[in-house]
Amino acid sequence: MGNTSTNTLNKKSWTSYIGEYGAFIALVFLVVVISVISPEFRTAGNFLNLLRQATFNGLIAFGMTCVILSDGIDLSVGSTLALSAVICAKLIMSGCPAILAMLISLVAGTFLGVVSGLLVTKGRLQPFIATLITMTAYRGLALILTDGKPISNIAKSIESSGNQFAFKLVGKGNFINVPIPAILLIFALAVFFFVLNKTTFGRKVYATGSNAKCAKLVGVNITKTKIIVYAISGFMSALTGLILISRLDSAQPTLGEGYELDAIAAVALGGTSMSGGRGKITGTIAGVLIIAVLNNGMNLLEVSTYYQDVIKAVVILVAVLSDRKR
Amino acid sequence: MNIEMKGINKSFGTNQVLKEAGFLLKDGEVHALMGENGAGKSTLMKILTGVYTRDAGTVLVDGNEVVYKSPQEAEKAGIVFIYQELNVLFDLTVEENLFMGKEITKSFGICDKKAMRQKAQEVMDKMGVNIPINAVMSDLSVGQQQMVEICKALMVDAKVLIMDEPTAALTQSETEGLFKLIKSLREKGVSIVYISHRMEEIFELCDRITILRDGTYVDTKNICDIDMDDIVRMMIGREIGERYPKRENVEIGKEIIRVEGLTKEKKFNDVSFSVKAGEVLGVSGLMGAGRTEIMQAIFGNLPYDSGSVFIEGQEMKIKCAKDAIEAGIGFITEDRKTEGLLLDKSISDNIVLANLDKVSDKGVVKGAKVKEIVKKGIEEFRIKCFGPQHECTNLSGGNQQKVVFAKWVYTDPKILILDEPTRGVDIGAKKEIYSVINDLAAKGVAIILVSSELPEVLGMSDRIMVVHEGKVTGIVDAADADQEKVMTLATGGTL
Repeated sequence: MGNTSTNTLNKKSWTSYIGEYGAFIALVFLVVVISVISPEFRTAGNFLNLLRQATFNGLIAFGMTCVILSDGIDLSVGSTLALSAVICAKLIMSGCPAILAMLISLVAGTFLGVVSGLLVTKGRLQPFIATLITMTAYRGLALILTDGKPISNIAKSIESSGNQFAFKLVGKGNFINVPIPAILLIFALAVFFFVLNKTTFGRKVYATGSNAKCAKLVGVNITKTKIIVYAISGFMSALTGLILISRLDSAQPTLGEGYELDAIAAVALGGTSMSGGRGKITGTIAGVLIIAVLNNGMNLLEVSTYYQDVIKAVVILVAVLSDRKR
Repeated sequence: MNIEMKGINKSFGTNQVLKEAGFLLKDGEVHALMGENGAGKSTLMKILTGVYTRDAGTVLVDGNEVVYKSPQEAEKAGIVFIYQELNVLFDLTVEENLFMGKEITKSFGICDKKAMRQKAQEVMDKMGVNIPINAVMSDLSVGQQQMVEICKALMVDAKVLIMDEPTAALTQSETEGLFKLIKSLREKGVSIVYISHRMEEIFELCDRITILRDGTYVDTKNICDIDMDDIVRMMIGREIGERYPKRENVEIGKEIIRVEGLTKEKKFNDVSFSVKAGEVLGVSGLMGAGRTEIMQAIFGNLPYDSGSVFIEGQEMKIKCAKDAIEAGIGFITEDRKTEGLLLDKSISDNIVLANLDKVSDKGVVKGAKVKEIVKKGIEEFRIKCFGPQHECTNLSGGNQQKVVFAKWVYTDPKILILDEPTRGVDIGAKKEIYSVINDLAAKGVAIILVSSELPEVLGMSDRIMVVHEGKVTGIVDAADADQEKVMTLATGGTL
């Protein structure tokens, strides 16, 4: 091999940049176009609103990214969200301090994720099937716990003002005009970025998804890595659930239905390979924002909801196609 | 059917694998095609059957020039290639496999099961093969699967049958069955190209032999006119000695690993051996003898029934790869692409993965340490690449293997198990890998070198352990071993 080939390998073509940052380019494009058409869209208030809307899908999609990177998939996120949220609401209604109830809910969500992970690893079920099972089971459990009815006026039933404040803060609070959920999203992004890029655990997740056989032979504990990944996904679902019930001041057993698909769409939009090993958390946040901008923009432009879905589908298709490896 | 291939050239990228290669196949003969790994035997046959296109040269079938564009076209002409890696659908039945793509149908494309079963049974009976035609492939032994493959070839009335290492995975009795089959096919006028490394098979079975070396035609002889030494000389083209760099200044130290009575039912039985610091123990045996399984067991990747492994005199309970690495064992597996590397990841990612503890602090990976270790690896092992971020898929086989070496060497292993370390690696890179092995030995690493290439084992080892059907049939000093001795042991004979 001569010098010429070395140079061409070193220099990235502009198409490869599009491949790498395709989601961001699409995002900027969308923002510019919608800003031009809709004056309402480009207000600061709307951007904060948009960020808050993006939080729900974003937090779940971060967990989903880890799972997909490890060559798995988690269909149970929506049900996990509902079940852990219902658990939290139930505990609060029965007099448990809200802060404690919220912590328990997070632990429960993590545990529910571990169950999925165990089914995948010890149970040797395919991730799709394993999480289809937990998805169905958790939804059922949430319905059983609530008898199918929503639990409402949660905040009012909290006696201590400190606890009440904490419960409200998660979903409705602001910090210097920035919604707390949006802050949580940014914080989570930083944590996920660090974990996936800078820690040994992150390396193990990528290696597991890239070639589990090879990773195992150099001493990576595949089982452990996979279980942790599902646990993270469960935790993120539960966290999203807390924000949701805080905002709504009510917990319904049907919360989070269909969230798994939005999260998977965001991950795919962000360029993460569905067969694992390749992908970036920064891509996922771009994917999340694309979906949020689309939803928000189309609502402002009063596009019929029927058309909204079709347009979303087209955007996802275009983004994913342009992201294919050269 | 007469086939003549002349002046065939073929390159993959910058790597020329065939240069002026060719051979002449006569009607109704069994023709051996021999050469070292990478000599171009399979590639030549793949060009004949339309798997690859040739860059130059002519192929004459019964005097007419042909270019088959696909294996299907070659098959229609009666030329069938039975690959070394079995090409069967494991979840389907024997009958479904036999008729895959050429089902007998009634109108509207409905399968005529009855007719197919009848024809399948006919062919199997004719061959004297006794396999239930409704059995699912995955339930059959490898040997039986191979038989089905051959039957599949005969379903299309093959006039030329190309077999690539057909006995590699067969037991003794299955091999005998196959030979009977080949001989009866020859009587029926079918020509057979027989690719194999096993000398005794060549002498038993073949009429003529063509030898390839480094992608070039060497010579064709009648089998009765030559002996084993002639073949080896033609295959290698020079004395064996000089291909393997000498190990100098290596002091063989104290015993590092000792294995006692390692047993796993149906895989290997009562395996005992030891390796000292700075020593290279070659492990030889036919494919399927259990060499790889023994190594997998030592590394904790395959649970064994009984026996013990001692490292520096201490008994170790190794249950998984992590235990093995902690005990100081490194393992370069035979399948670089599926087990050795994260192919879609960079050189850096691959080297780092095996050395995570080294480059990290409390779980956080330190970028500077990563750069340092990867730079060292690329320089020390002379990996040809454009930088640490070069993806492993785009490296040549030799350079890929060097990445695998680099990643293991930095774990500071006391014992390094090498399973077919030079498979699919060109001759230049092979020599570099041999030097790496010697350097490691000089540093006092105990090395276990598993290889199917006899010259490699003979040239590189201090001692050679020979395995036959899961049993150690002998451990001999390399100094007074030769191909014949090792082969005798490998086929179950005694010295």
